[in-house]
Amino acid sequence: MVRSRFEIELKALRTELNKMTYLVIEAIEECVVALKTQNIELAKQIVENDIKINQMERAIEARCYSLILKQQPIASDLRMISTALKVVTDLERIGDQSADIAKIITTLQGDSMYRMIEHIPDMARVAKKMVKGAIDAFNTNDLVLANQVVMMDDEMDEYFIIVKEEISEHIKSDIHNTDIGINFIIIAKYFERIGDHATNICEWAEFKTTGSVNEHRLL
Amino acid sequence: MENKIEARDLHLYYGEKHALKGINLDIYKNKVTALIGPSGCGKSTFLKSINRMNDYIDNVKITGQIYIDEEEVYSERVDTTILRKKVGMVFQQPNPFPMSIYDNVAYGPRVHGVKDKKQLDTIVKKSLDSCVLYEEVKDRLTSSALGLSGGQQQRLCIARALAVSPDIILLDEPTSALDPISTLKIEELLLQLKEEYTIVIVTHNMQQASRIADYTAFFLSGEMIEYGQTKDIFSLPKDKRTEDYITGRFG
Repeated sequence: MVRSRFEIELKALRTELNKMTYLVIEAIEECVVALKTQNIELAKQIVENDIKINQMERAIEARCYSLILKQQPIASDLRMISTALKVVTDLERIGDQSADIAKIITTLQGDSMYRMIEHIPDMARVAKKMVKGAIDAFNTNDLVLANQVVMMDDEMDEYFIIVKEEISEHIKSDIHNTDIGINFIIIAKYFERIGDHATNICEWAEFKTTGSVNEHRLL
Repeated sequence: MENKIEARDLHLYYGEKHALKGINLDIYKNKVTALIGPSGCGKSTFLKSINRMNDYIDNVKITGQIYIDEEEVYSERVDTTILRKKVGMVFQQPNPFPMSIYDNVAYGPRVHGVKDKKQLDTIVKKSLDSCVLYEEVKDRLTSSALGLSGGQQQRLCIARALAVSPDIILLDEPTSALDPISTLKIEELLLQLKEEYTIVIVTHNMQQASRIADYTAFFLSGEMIEYGQTKDIFSLPKDKRTEDYITGRFG
């Protein structure tokens, strides 16, 4: 087949992207476990593992630039490689947000914290589903799925409002809950930001398929 | 946008071989149009149909029409000498005549009746200037054109075509025999020339087409598969065959 080397390299790029996605989703899952079980050691591990996610971002970027330099991609190949460059940035930020959540977990103490986080695991569940759905949509050019993921951001925003209200009540009921309450609002905000990054990935899935983002033609 | 060249249901046969199959194409005035496609697809055949260079080939049969400025090219009324003055052509291999640089450029005007020396001097200078060649050769106009570099020879061939004041310039892979710097100089030249001329270029170089062509037509097995603005053809082609060709999946 003509350009078989290029095909092999494109396949390798997709494989690396999927590996990075797997690590990112694992980080989100482990954040929830660490939060629920108050597992400080697991939280520290999540922070350490973020280094690997960052390294993967650089490696995939380098791979993309090399492909652009050597292969002068056009049409669907150009869209694939250029969107991979964008998607790794969003995945890396998701990794950072998971690590930031884990850092907060390492500072939390006491039983009372779990009572405050009733809906935060729901936010984590939605975040994980959005990230997985976004990458699936990206890999399979499934714009219906991409749209479904974008719609889930509304659910995420609703949970965030509920969490803020819950935490606000906890703080009002006992001023000593203030510090921990603020930490949980920050954690909730990070999960909400993960949902935003998943939405970004869906926009790049649209561009990869159609050359447009939000129906605005870029290429 | 104004049509300069129109092909309507053009078929061409080399004996039994059906080389062009129902080509319908509008080529716009003062634009660069690239013809791309794998070897043997008919793009050079189509190019040479525009100025009836295919007339020199035995067993060629043509049906359908080509119009230039709404006049039918294959009409019996057409004087092919006048046609080829209006439609200049540059080939893959630079082919300067074995004569001086000056005489190469002055040849066409002389054939068409220009005898006045001052007028010829003006035409030669203007044509060489248009090709950004005059400053390089002004001190040796009487020396042999064969002493020029490949890139200079090709620019001389373009100057030779310009000297008879064409409307259209056809170029059949004009840079495939040249080094990268000469290639870029020719490309820059074509981008300037389109202000005054309509340019049609056959190229195997996808990057060249994307750099200089306003419109691109993709040919395959004698058919024109897709035609449109170059940015669309190279970013979001409509036909899978176009996508497969430009991304190098076949060719």
